[in-house]
Amino acid sequence: MIIKNLKLETMKTIKILAFILCTSALITSCSNDDDNPPPVNEEEVITTLTATLTPVGGGTEITLQTRDLDGDGPNPPVITVSGPLAVGTTYNGSLELLNETETPAELINTEILGEDDEHQFFFQSTNSIATFTYSDTDGDGNPLGLEFTLTTAGSAGSGNITIILRHELDKNATGVSDGDITNAGGDTDIQTSFTVMLQ
Amino acid sequence: MKYYILCIVISIFGISNAQDCSLTLLGEITDFHDNTPIASANIYIKNFDRYIISDLDGKFKIENLCKGELTLVISHVGCETKTVTYNIVSDVYKSIVLEHHIEELNEVSIKGNSTKKETKTAQETVIKAKTLDRYSSLNLGDALKEVSGVSSINTGNSIVKPMINGMHSSRLLILNNNVRLQDQEWGIEHAPNIDINSAEQISVIKGSGTLAYGGDAIGGIIVINPSNIRLKDTIYGKTILGGQTNGRGYSIATNFNSNFSSGWFANVQASLKKNGDFEAPDYILTNTGNVSKGISFHGGKKKFESGFELFYSYVNNEIGILRASHIGNISDLVSAINTQQPLVVDDFSYDINSPKQEVTHHLLKASYYQRFKNFGKLTLQYDYQNNQRFEFDVRVGDDRNKPALDLTLQTHTVTADVILDAKSIYKLNFGVLGRYQDNFANPDTGVRRLIPDYQRYDFGTYITSEWGINDRLTLDAGIRYDFNRIDAKKFYQTSRWEERGYDEDFGSIIIEDLGTQLLTNPVFNFHNFSVATGMKYDLNDNSFISGNYALASRPPNPSELFSDGLHHSAARIELGDLRLDQELSNRLSASYSYNQSDLNVLIEAFYNNITDFMYLQPTGIEQTIRGAFPVWSYQQTNAALYGIDLSLNYKFAKSLDFTNKSSFIKGDDLKNDTALIDIPAFNTINEIRYVNPKWNDFSTSLKSEWVLEQTRFPDYNFETFIATTNETVLVDISSPPPAYHLLHFYSSINFNIAKHTKLNVALSINNIFDTNYRSYLNRLRYFADDLGRNVMLQLQLNY
Repeated sequence: MIIKNLKLETMKTIKILAFILCTSALITSCSNDDDNPPPVNEEEVITTLTATLTPVGGGTEITLQTRDLDGDGPNPPVITVSGPLAVGTTYNGSLELLNETETPAELINTEILGEDDEHQFFFQSTNSIATFTYSDTDGDGNPLGLEFTLTTAGSAGSGNITIILRHELDKNATGVSDGDITNAGGDTDIQTSFTVMLQ
Repeated sequence: MKYYILCIVISIFGISNAQDCSLTLLGEITDFHDNTPIASANIYIKNFDRYIISDLDGKFKIENLCKGELTLVISHVGCETKTVTYNIVSDVYKSIVLEHHIEELNEVSIKGNSTKKETKTAQETVIKAKTLDRYSSLNLGDALKEVSGVSSINTGNSIVKPMINGMHSSRLLILNNNVRLQDQEWGIEHAPNIDINSAEQISVIKGSGTLAYGGDAIGGIIVINPSNIRLKDTIYGKTILGGQTNGRGYSIATNFNSNFSSGWFANVQASLKKNGDFEAPDYILTNTGNVSKGISFHGGKKKFESGFELFYSYVNNEIGILRASHIGNISDLVSAINTQQPLVVDDFSYDINSPKQEVTHHLLKASYYQRFKNFGKLTLQYDYQNNQRFEFDVRVGDDRNKPALDLTLQTHTVTADVILDAKSIYKLNFGVLGRYQDNFANPDTGVRRLIPDYQRYDFGTYITSEWGINDRLTLDAGIRYDFNRIDAKKFYQTSRWEERGYDEDFGSIIIEDLGTQLLTNPVFNFHNFSVATGMKYDLNDNSFISGNYALASRPPNPSELFSDGLHHSAARIELGDLRLDQELSNRLSASYSYNQSDLNVLIEAFYNNITDFMYLQPTGIEQTIRGAFPVWSYQQTNAALYGIDLSLNYKFAKSLDFTNKSSFIKGDDLKNDTALIDIPAFNTINEIRYVNPKWNDFSTSLKSEWVLEQTRFPDYNFETFIATTNETVLVDISSPPPAYHLLHFYSSINFNIAKHTKLNVALSINNIFDTNYRSYLNRLRYFADDLGRNVMLQLQLNY
């Protein structure tokens, strides 16, 4: 009895397999066309970071910009610094991040603000030419860094200002809320250095 | 005959006292599955060094026995050889069951061994069901390491790619039930889509000696066969349940076979594995869980004259990739290397988050054969494969759950194969193959395509022959021609197009200019010739020598031609090259084999010279808004690989044996006068095993695995500026990790729980001492240690 049933089962299986074979052949022969594929515009690319520094109490506005229109392509980012910073001055800083591979350019700030608890900017300088403090916070009260203040040193000189954006970092790690990147972890989205003069 | 002798090696020697020598043993041999008598079984009486044969009722009689131990080795075509030992004190009747699992149906001349080899003269090793069952909860790549000279290149512990004599990916050819696997094998992080539980037997062939399967197997061929068909009414199956501490995983695999004397057969097999985060000795490897599912159906009718078969297999793998290995830029890589432990360690979880991959592979095969009198056998086959690969990166915002890579590779293959075997002194095999392949890269990912849309057309034809010159000498030779055409539609960033200099050499293939991007239509035609020839000479009943020469030619794969993008786990930009040409391998090999009852030795040596060998090499540094990245591009050089693999088994006492497997290999870049990257270091595996058939086939073994530090490697280290610390540091990506030594334990026992039901219980402990180590051939070695101790319990029910 069992054997007979099995024979039936076998026949069934074979019929099913034959069915699968025929339909798959049909499906695949239809899915092939000669049209040109559409281009892909990278969605998460950040091409441009602009830091606008406005002196508290008036003066010349300074912009620091890095712009890499081909993303991971071979061309290096174009870095521009609009002019020297004034000594002993406090600047209100704000960052604008764009994806300029799309038209019109996409403002990445929106995305960062939407997931502010997973992002943080870090600011560093060499030769002690400037110090930074955060002016904004995320929903948990931790710093974010799209808004910040920059205070320049009291004497003239030059050095590098580095801006780093990390995501999926540990915002509660030691020193991170004070702007120390050492224990932050996470993935780097932006890391760019600007050479600035202090006059 | 040699294999027969090999089987005796596991036999137990009896010592008899010559006193009362008039006793009689009556025996009856039956099939384990349906209890039918087995006629013409070969019974080797160890004590007398004499052979007898069972009669039509499966019965035999041994007279004039002395008191004491009697050892019999029973073998039969299609059965696993069995050794039994009895303590004879009086006249006795014994019933012996044989397990009828392996049968050679499609061979005209049935030889006296139960292992069907694919080749006569090549360096081939067969892994049988019994061994494969031990790897039920692991991967194909893990099981293949049973063969000396086979290692693996891993991405973590779940993505395990087999490596034969230092070669992997597109240089290996994997056949699943006679279908060449087309599963985007070009990537190191693309593991073969094979459910190891669907395999009954796996042959590993070093080198490209088997031209019927393909001409581009520069490294070797892996032939996976499902369970064999028997011409009798029988139903049998097995179920394997496994659990393990590391990963807190479980697995279940089951198969069910029914065969009929009319030739009809059906086989269903299914398996499921699930693991959570694995653990290194000191920490949890966050996001390394995986889930694998597999189902296969196999059915048809198999008679001597003709037959057909349908085979369908489905494999789905969801594999988490160590969270800490997803990094944003070089500073992240430097901190990962310097920290010496993963930067993300969370509590244990079964969740699989990004980064991860999800791959589904369907394989459908239909074949028909007909045998013609005084001529030979014609086989026609059609197969279809659908490989769908999703890779998920760590992404933000709306794209969080969107795959970064979404490729569908479909392949149709038609083959016709003729074996002319009417003449006994030579065998001729020829055939043709046609293949159409379509790759579709879904643009909805929002990430530029890593591999472009392409269509590929293959045509191949081969002829191989085999001559049995005399009882001792066998020769074979073959020639093959393959034509490949790749017709791709690829977008290039205009800046990349110009930086590569393609605007000068390939200006005519641009079909659309989108400003920042160019749509191009690269079309490549490749003509490949391959040759293989070999000989095998039996020195005497116990030993043979064999030698092989093979010329193989491999066209560049889509990854080598078209790769174009940032690799997140390596923090590097990888670039293909449209200018690449085929690589050509000349491989010479020689083997010596010695098989005696207490000693088995196999020595295999090879020299593989590859001109225009394709490999990735750092060629510069590019700046992006995320910092600097090294650029690795595909280059061609001339390479030489050579080495020796040794397998040795020595039985130094009753029930105790010792096994050694060692392999030594060197790889040279002849043009640049350096070593090749990713070549396995010298490794040696030593195992001591105790077996006692009287205690329910109890066996226990202790295995030592010793891998030396690779001291020959190319120096691809580079310097980079770390903005966070304001210093320039050396990024050491080249130095291999130190040598390591691991101890493993394995023990198993069998219980006959019913007449036709056997239970096997196996306990194993891998990495007993929870040793910290990193493997040179693990791509995630910068980020975390390899696996710590793993205790596995496996229950196997054969019925």
